[in-house]
Amino acid sequence: MATEMIDPFIFRLTIFVLAIFVGYYVVWSVTPALHTPLMSATNAISSVIIVGALIAAGPDTMSLSRVLGFIALTLAAINIFGGFAVTQRMLRMYKPKR
Amino acid sequence: MSPNLSALAYLVAAICFVMSLRGLSSPATARRGNIYGIVGMVIAVLTTIANPQVVGYDLILAGLLIGGAIGTVIALRIQMTAMPQLVAAFHSLVGMAAVMVAAAALYAPESYGIGTTENIKIASLIEMTIGLIIGAITFSGSIVAFAKLQGLVGGSPVIFWGQHWLNLLLGLLIVAGASYFCVSQSKEVFWIVTALAFLIGIMIIIPIGGADMPVVISMLNSYSGWAAAGIGFTLENTALIVTGALVGSAGAILSYIMCRAMNRSFVSVILGGYGADHSDNETIDSDKTVKPGSAADAAFIMKSAESVIIVPGYGLAVAQAQHAVREMADLLTESGVRVRYAVHPVAGRMPGHMNVLLAEANVPYDDVFELDQINSDFSTTDVAFVIGANDVTNPAAKRNPQSPIAGMPILDVENSRTVLFVKRSLSAGYAGIDNELFYQDSTMMLFGDAKQMTEDIVKSL
Repeated sequence: MATEMIDPFIFRLTIFVLAIFVGYYVVWSVTPALHTPLMSATNAISSVIIVGALIAAGPDTMSLSRVLGFIALTLAAINIFGGFAVTQRMLRMYKPKR
Repeated sequence: MSPNLSALAYLVAAICFVMSLRGLSSPATARRGNIYGIVGMVIAVLTTIANPQVVGYDLILAGLLIGGAIGTVIALRIQMTAMPQLVAAFHSLVGMAAVMVAAAALYAPESYGIGTTENIKIASLIEMTIGLIIGAITFSGSIVAFAKLQGLVGGSPVIFWGQHWLNLLLGLLIVAGASYFCVSQSKEVFWIVTALAFLIGIMIIIPIGGADMPVVISMLNSYSGWAAAGIGFTLENTALIVTGALVGSAGAILSYIMCRAMNRSFVSVILGGYGADHSDNETIDSDKTVKPGSAADAAFIMKSAESVIIVPGYGLAVAQAQHAVREMADLLTESGVRVRYAVHPVAGRMPGHMNVLLAEANVPYDDVFELDQINSDFSTTDVAFVIGANDVTNPAAKRNPQSPIAGMPILDVENSRTVLFVKRSLSAGYAGIDNELFYQDSTMMLFGDAKQMTEDIVKSL
């Protein structure tokens, strides 16, 4: 047992499952009044998929994967900038009683 | 940057994302939450760019500038009523990005350290394929949702014979194709699976009617998260895995909340067909009488009330009456009336949509209450002012088990002393059913356009 290594996949699975639990509890604590900003914000952060696109677009020689990476990177950038900006714009509208 | 240092930086980014969602627990902390999200994203992007393999800065900069400019312009210009379409469009981009990254990993596996061309690790192939399929479904499904919400195609469900069998067949073909791809690593099979997944994404969304769009958007939100997580496993990137899990569970919870608000099971929403043809439903009984009223009557009743609860529905936003309603509420507040707003979870076209529309009209958020918070207060309220809403106030949901909306939680406006109901005509609501509230003795119908009627009331106040 001691000599057998744990597959790194199991570590990642552990992280994944724990993160689902964190997400579950954090999202239930979001006030229903902010569910629309929640969607636009989660949409923006899910664009962290840009890290995969950056790696594909990373080499300095042209290849199909680099082109794919560039397109993915541009799409994700639309989402990141658009998602955070529209969330901020919405949140600025929420005001308490004067 | 060493791999260990990168991994730690990604961990920090992931924590920032958790904090960004945590901030949304109250409007007071929400903007700080959004800043956390931005910081997390900057950390993730910079960490990746600091990777020694990433040297082609020209394309990266170009992509960031082009995408950033497009995204920012859209975000600043979009109307708040169009938020559901925008979110659907954004989901489609996440889906497409996932497909592209999966393809890039297939064509250049060395960059991701998952093997060499035609000789990719089996575990990575499986993870990649899962991310690819969910991403492709997210993409095409979101495009259909966008087209429906934007009115590019009709909102009514598309149903045909053998639909579910066709979907089952497509699903089986995808599983078979994906399995074959994982064994053969054939690029042709990869693209066939992608095309099939695009197709099933369309097939899943077309049978779902306009009334169920809040569930659809939430569901696609969830899918975009799972797609990101799938790609995160392929890339062995914890920031992506954690974020995917967070987004996936957020979308799942929102889908659940929306289904519960309509008392519909998730399965029945997915199978679709709701809101199709209700022509055989009870027609409006001409024997029943309604009590019509004028703007001046309404103004008089509300002014002499102690408390008023405004019940807005999506019709309010369609008529662009939010600002007029807020003006009315301000005048009433000045004359000593307690004014509150009651928002049903499906009052808008997506979760929380009505709250955003009210916030845009400068309604303070502490005057806006959720169904559970305010429902018991209707019995001690003088006036319920229903504007642009219908089905969410229909007592048939409680009394008539045969009704299509039976069991749906509703706002108990019928318990208030007087109900003022602003409506164009006696036509049925979204679900196509008559509302007995119209014929109640305590109800006064204010026939007219929501905006025009409210402006007339403001004049009379």
